[in-house]
Amino acid sequence: MTITLTVDGKKVTVEDGATILDAAKKAGVYIPTLCADEDLLPFGACRLCLVEVQGDRRPMLPACTTPATDGMVVRTSSPIIDKTRRNVVELLLSDHPEDCLTCPQNNRCELQRVAAYVGVRTNRFRGEKHAYPIDDSNPFYRRDLDRCVLCGKCVRTCDEVQQLGAINFAYRGFRTKIATVLDRPVATSTCESCGQCVDKCPVGALYPEAWLRYGLPTRETKTICSYCGVGCGLILQTRGNTVVGVRGDPDNPVNRGRTCVKGRFGYEFINHPDRLKKPLIKRDGAFVEATWDEALDLVAQRLAAVVRESGPDAVALLTSARCTSEENYLLQKFARGVLGTHNVDHCARL
Amino acid sequence: MYSDYASLRAWAESEIARTRPADRTRILVGLGTCGIAAGGLDVLAALREKLADMPVSAEIVPVGCIGMCFEEPLVDIVRPGEPRICYAKVTPKSIPTILEEHLLHNNVRKDLAFAVIGDEPYDGVPAWKQLPFFATQRRTVLRNCGFIDPESVAEYIVHDGYAALAKALFEMTPESVIEEVKRSGLRGRGGAGFPTGMKWAFCRQSPGEHKYVICNADEGDPGAFMNRSVLEGDPHSVLEGLIIAAYAIGADHGYIYCRAEYPLAIVRLRKALEQARALGLLGERIFGTDFSFDVTIKEGAGAFVCGEETALMASIEGKRGMPRPRPPFPAQKGLWGQPTNINNVETLNNIPPIILNGADWFAAVGTEKSKGTKTFALTGKVVNSSLIEVPFGMTLREVIFGVGGGIANGRQFKAAQTGGPSGGCLSSEHLDWPIDYETLTKAGSIMGSGGLVVMDDSTCMVDVARFFLNFTQSESCGKCIPCRLGTKRMLEILERIVAGQGKMEDIDLLLELGETVKLGSLCGLGQTAPNPVLSTIRYFRDEYEAHIKEHRCPAKVCKALITYRISEEKCTGCTLCARNCPVNAISGERKKVHVIDPAVCTRCDTCRQVCNFDAVLVD
Repeated sequence: MTITLTVDGKKVTVEDGATILDAAKKAGVYIPTLCADEDLLPFGACRLCLVEVQGDRRPMLPACTTPATDGMVVRTSSPIIDKTRRNVVELLLSDHPEDCLTCPQNNRCELQRVAAYVGVRTNRFRGEKHAYPIDDSNPFYRRDLDRCVLCGKCVRTCDEVQQLGAINFAYRGFRTKIATVLDRPVATSTCESCGQCVDKCPVGALYPEAWLRYGLPTRETKTICSYCGVGCGLILQTRGNTVVGVRGDPDNPVNRGRTCVKGRFGYEFINHPDRLKKPLIKRDGAFVEATWDEALDLVAQRLAAVVRESGPDAVALLTSARCTSEENYLLQKFARGVLGTHNVDHCARL
Repeated sequence: MYSDYASLRAWAESEIARTRPADRTRILVGLGTCGIAAGGLDVLAALREKLADMPVSAEIVPVGCIGMCFEEPLVDIVRPGEPRICYAKVTPKSIPTILEEHLLHNNVRKDLAFAVIGDEPYDGVPAWKQLPFFATQRRTVLRNCGFIDPESVAEYIVHDGYAALAKALFEMTPESVIEEVKRSGLRGRGGAGFPTGMKWAFCRQSPGEHKYVICNADEGDPGAFMNRSVLEGDPHSVLEGLIIAAYAIGADHGYIYCRAEYPLAIVRLRKALEQARALGLLGERIFGTDFSFDVTIKEGAGAFVCGEETALMASIEGKRGMPRPRPPFPAQKGLWGQPTNINNVETLNNIPPIILNGADWFAAVGTEKSKGTKTFALTGKVVNSSLIEVPFGMTLREVIFGVGGGIANGRQFKAAQTGGPSGGCLSSEHLDWPIDYETLTKAGSIMGSGGLVVMDDSTCMVDVARFFLNFTQSESCGKCIPCRLGTKRMLEILERIVAGQGKMEDIDLLLELGETVKLGSLCGLGQTAPNPVLSTIRYFRDEYEAHIKEHRCPAKVCKALITYRISEEKCTGCTLCARNCPVNAISGERKKVHVIDPAVCTRCDTCRQVCNFDAVLVD
């Protein structure tokens, strides 16, 4: 079933169950949000998406949680909407560091975008500000709660997407913050460092440690993760020939934007000086660089010699979880069909 | 197990006859939290001790609060064939006199007796309905409080308990129960005033594998204790209301969400559940019918916001008590994703009499849109701090000056705060306005759950606004920005004003922020949090301006704006103030006028309180 409604004068048809925000997106109408996310359930916390619905007794409704209904007439801007949104952002900025230019999230920040849209020009609500210590206990990402807007995306990602629940809202009132169990540093918590929350954070509260060392990437390249057989889609972010960041490929059907800790944060070996790029053959007690042909010939020679001298069962083959299923199939085929042994095992059994 | 009401009633009557023979004297002791706090347990111990020495046999019955918190501890004596005489402000010391005189010498001590809880005066003691405190009250919700032993299901049953449940199950369909509640005009007593019958109908019509009913007993407004008194004094009435609600809606399980700070209420609820289960009034096949329903008690961990229904449901599910937007409404998707109906304690307590006496009986009381009675916890600067129940439509003046006995210490009325932190302050111009949902909203306050705090001319209205905002800010769940940060910034502005650092534009800023918090917040807590500020600006703007423009607190409350000095004429040099000053701010020799050093003085008010000559002045 479909629903047709009007958003800012534009007629738009959406599926039953869509929210006003979904409809506005489809109609090409921008509604500011901080807590809404396509991968997460509607939350209704930031109150920036308030809109007017003609005929409703409530003055304003959140677009992100209100279902679209047939014939609905929605206005996304009016004096009271604009004023409320501006005051909400002004309130947020009254408890936010004023250091955008040196913030790791600079130019990627959703709060910057929203503030620019609503047009906050002053701050009349100055008062107490949070001054939390930065949590740098985790080697992969930093947690700077002074910048947190409590949109809850990290909490919901950990809960709804990763099903881990390592963090949640804690305390009340102005003291409300996102905390691990017993409010301990991330490194000693149940966090698995998958970085999903870091990826979702709209502000500079959660950011990869590497962002302290690098500015914005200049290029993004789609690739497949080489760590395991799952084959997640990754987007490598580079500056020149240096990989400075990774994000999950949202279009890849295997992982739909998600990664594990290795895929997201374990990329710095790529530019490491000790990284092996060519095969080495030990000659006179020392490893010497060789070509792939030389190395493969040597392996074939030695395997053939062992089989000849001691029989096929003198050889065993161990495969890896980093290989795909097809590669693992090929290896056992090689063991049985070429070498003639059933001695095949896999590191996942260790 | 009973499959009809007559046999249940017969059991209860035989039980009462067995345990409480009619030829035996009964002594009722008020042991609600108010009675216990006033020393009721010491009185009970003295009573037991004295009775053991006396040649009379008497039954001691602990009862709940009858409403006269200002006269606690209460001890009532009922001798066979005589009316119930209520003694007030009883102490362990006065117990021997009362018992000996009353029980041995047939002498009702008029000087110690407060009233006859009965229709006629007795031996010079007035009947309770003759007292201004009770004369205009009408007790429906509090019908049993202070009259029955809350831990005895038999007593509840002989007071028509569970008759309404039997009537609903045997004579009415779920639809006709809902129709009766609709026709009664009963509205939610938790504060918002949504029509109860309509709420039930939505939930009944909503499709779901299971349905739940929840009793919201998370009473949290500062100064409010109506629900606590009902749970402590008449737990079965709430349970009966909940079971009828479940029958009407088609629910198979219920929860009573009671704050853990009400330990006595929880003890009595647990007992009530056990008793009801043992009699087949709860559990499988209630009254032998096909209707099965059971109840779980969930103790709330002390978050004010858990009184908000979506936060309450999250809390039952084991999640953080945090509201979520509606729709979906609880009636569509509530607890565990199933259709759920949530009612306040007082709402449910009203159900049995509505079913038993009919909608017309209920609707005959009250105003056009607010039917029935409402309980209020009457507190503050009023003579009778008490739990009262009055018909809707009574004026604020009748409540405060009639039932409440007027303002304490002969001072002037200034304001009345209704609805707790979500409500607002009403001024003397509202004294003759009727109390009902619409009128209070029109005046900038709300009905709320029934907190009614009376303030006199020694109350600073800016400080009151600051107090309530401090409460809501501390209790905000922090989820939505307007509530979390808006109330914080409003509180900071108020703190500046009471410290004498306010600016005139701060008033406009409070009004603007108040509007944003009201319109922008996710749940009822935030949407109503600015009410105390907005209503005090509306009715007491001059006090704000005095703080800002003249750096003066008219009520002489705000510490930064007052100074203490000692009157040269009145001071006798007794040194009492100097010896009690915690910061040694007072100097002076014996028999000579003392002096307060304003630089050291912390304005703690100790000197003024200890002075026997009213020599300490506040400017």
